[in-house]
Order: sequence, then structure tokens, then C-alpha cells
Amino acid sequence: MELFNIFLKSAFIENMVLSYFLGMCSFLAVSKSVKTAIGLGAAVIFVLALTIPINWVVSEMVLGPNGIFHTDLTFLRFILFIASIAASVQLVEMAVEKYSPALYNALGIFLPLITVNCAILGAALFMVAREYNFTESVVYGIGSGFGWALAIVAMAAIREKIRYSNIPAPLRGLGIAFILTGLMGLAFMSLMGINPATYFQQ
Amino acid sequence: MADANVKAAALEEKEPFFGKKERKALSDPLNDNNPITVQVLGICSALAVTTMVKPAFIMAISVTFVTAFSNLAIALLRKGIPKQVRMIVQLVVIAFLVTVVEQVLKAFNYEIWKQLSVFIGLIITNCIVMGRLEAYAMANTPWRSFLDGIGNGAGYGIILLAVAVIRELFGRGSVAGFKIIGSTNEFLLNTTQISWLGWYQNNGLMVLPASAIFLIGIFIWLQRASNKKLVDIS
Repeated sequence: MELFNIFLKSAFIENMVLSYFLGMCSFLAVSKSVKTAIGLGAAVIFVLALTIPINWVVSEMVLGPNGIFHTDLTFLRFILFIASIAASVQLVEMAVEKYSPALYNALGIFLPLITVNCAILGAALFMVAREYNFTESVVYGIGSGFGWALAIVAMAAIREKIRYSNIPAPLRGLGIAFILTGLMGLAFMSLMGINPATYFQQ
Repeated sequence: MADANVKAAALEEKEPFFGKKERKALSDPLNDNNPITVQVLGICSALAVTTMVKPAFIMAISVTFVTAFSNLAIALLRKGIPKQVRMIVQLVVIAFLVTVVEQVLKAFNYEIWKQLSVFIGLIITNCIVMGRLEAYAMANTPWRSFLDGIGNGAGYGIILLAVAVIRELFGRGSVAGFKIIGSTNEFLLNTTQISWLGWYQNNGLMVLPASAIFLIGIFIWLQRASNKKLVDIS
């Protein structure tokens, strides 16, 4: 039950994009059509589900005082995290290219760009700050990836519709995308403070 | 081949130390090519650190430092980096600089370091740094890339500070910690201090991250209204 709480919390209540505004660059750049948004969302779920546990292992076994070096190496956290993220994105890219060329072609350039998606490194740093254990970090990775994918697909659907609206010319495109994201963020804010655990206890 | 190199070097030397191109590298990102409102890079941190002016200022300085010196380093190394591994090389340079910034902040200003928390680390994935390395430093001379880094840091900083001033003024009634407009409660409690605009009630919306995204949206609107060539035609 605790794990399910973490999933709900990371996907909806503490949504990466709409509550913390992480991963905004690709969120704004790739949300022009629903199809590519779904592809990128799936890739982000996959990469988060893979890298959060890997980074958990790195921070516990290598960087922590109980790790293989028996010293506190936390100042190396950024370099090792970003290196492990870059490496696993590269691995994912090669695996997808080998086993599913169709998906690889659909994702195109977005797959390598996930390395510099702030949501990935942000989730890894939050995972450390909240002191999750291994299974919790797996669930947290999947949940926050799911939340990110949900947000980008919703945004892409709105932007596909809004193309037919009469918006003032200077606000068209990027400007209205910002204001839409702000409104979605306000809507998600109403979920804040909800603690799923209390509902399950009743 | 060697002859061509010498010629190129001579050409490079002839160019003025601070000519038109250098000025363009420095001033373009302030308006026409602003990293936030035009290139849409580095939004994440712009939203999270702008509730107050002080952390926004520190963040702007850190980002300027990282962009300038990573641009310089990559421009120096650009001819020796193989194309396949350039991402990793860039990330290592950026991560090194960010670690330096983080440790300095932690040592000299612990309060701000705690306030900025993960966002200092997120400078690594701040798309401004990576974007400028890819777009500019890989193809330009070190000095020009350095100026481009400073210009982009400044363009980012201007937007960050503008958003932070508005959010702090209307959300908390102060600017950089100095009280400017007082809230009703404080006015009633402290009648000896005559505060003009004592009627003001703090606007809770301005403290939420959503307000920053509205403000940037409005900035984009204003900028494109005055600068017609930036308008999105599609």
C-alpha cells in the first residue's frame, strides 16, 4: 500500500511538470502533436524507471559512507548521476534500435535528448533527498515518469485544439503554451496536500 | 595545409579584440535571442527560484559563471573532441563547474544553498548551458564563446530578476527582503511605523510557481508585440 501511495503521489500530487515545473524545455518544444508527445512520454517513463534505481544503487553503494569506498563522496553526486543517466540513455537507445526499429524511428532525436531533460536528474536528486529505499525508488521512477507523460500528452492535445482559436498574434505559439501550462499547474495545485494514506486507512 | 593554417591564424589575429561580432555575441541574447523568451531554454530553474529576489540573483550569477566558463572550455577543446563523445565531454565540463559553484555556495552562503537545494544541481541539465555549447562554442573562437556565455547568462538573469521582483513585491510586499508595501496585519500591530499602502494584502498566487509561468508568458507577449520579427506565424 505504501508503494501505491508513492506512485499516486509522484504521478499526480507532486507531478514533475505541473507542480515542480521540471523538464519544461522538452515539454514545451515537443508538445505540438499528440503522436510525438506519446512517444516521448513513453521514452521518459522507461528512462526514469531505469535510471532512478541505478542512481539509487550508485548513491548507496558508491557515494555513501557505507559504500565500497567507506568515505562520504556525496560531492561527486552530480557527475556520477549525470554520467549514469547519459550511459543508460545511450543503452536504451541502442536496445530500442536493435529490437524495435519502428519505435526507434518514431522517437528520433528525442531519445538522446532525454539525457538533458531536467526531470530525470531532478527525480534522481529528489529520490536522494527523500531517502527512499530500493523498491520505493523503482516505484517513484515509474510514477514520476507516468505523471510527466500524462502532462505532456494533455498539453499536446490542448495545443492541437487551440491552433484553430483566434489568439492575438504575439501570443501565438510559445506565449499561449506558457499560459496554458500555468493554468494546468493551478489545476494540479488543487491536489496538493492530499495524503492518499489517510484515505486507505478508513 | 600548414600554409592555410598560418593564413587562418593571421586572419584571426587581424580581427579586432572587441569588434562587431563580439558585441553581437554579448548583446544578442539580451533581446533578439533571449534564452528564456525566444530560445525557450532553461525554463525549469527560472520558475522555481524566482519567489524571492536574492536566490534569483545568486542563481543568475551561478548560471552566468557556468555558461561563460563551459563555453570557454569547450571552445578551447572543440577541435580535439570526437563527434560521437562530445555530449559526454560537455556534460563532464558542465558537471565539474556546477560542482565548484555548489561547493563554494555551500561553504560561504549555507542559507541560500539550502534554499536553492536541487536547483543548483539542475544547472547541469539547464538547457541554456548545453544549448549554447552545441550551437555556439563548438563553432566559434574561445573569446567570442566566452562573451556569448556571459551574454546568455545575463539575458537569463534579466528575465529571472524581473520575474523575481514582481513576485516578491506582490507576493510578500518586499523587494530583496526590504519591506515596501505592508500587509494589513502588520500595519495594525505596528502603528508607530507609518507604512504607506498599509492596506495591501499579500497576493498568495504570486508565491505559487504557476505565477512565474504566467509572468514569463506575459513577457513573451510584450516582447513579441514590440519586436514583430519574433512573432510565430505557424
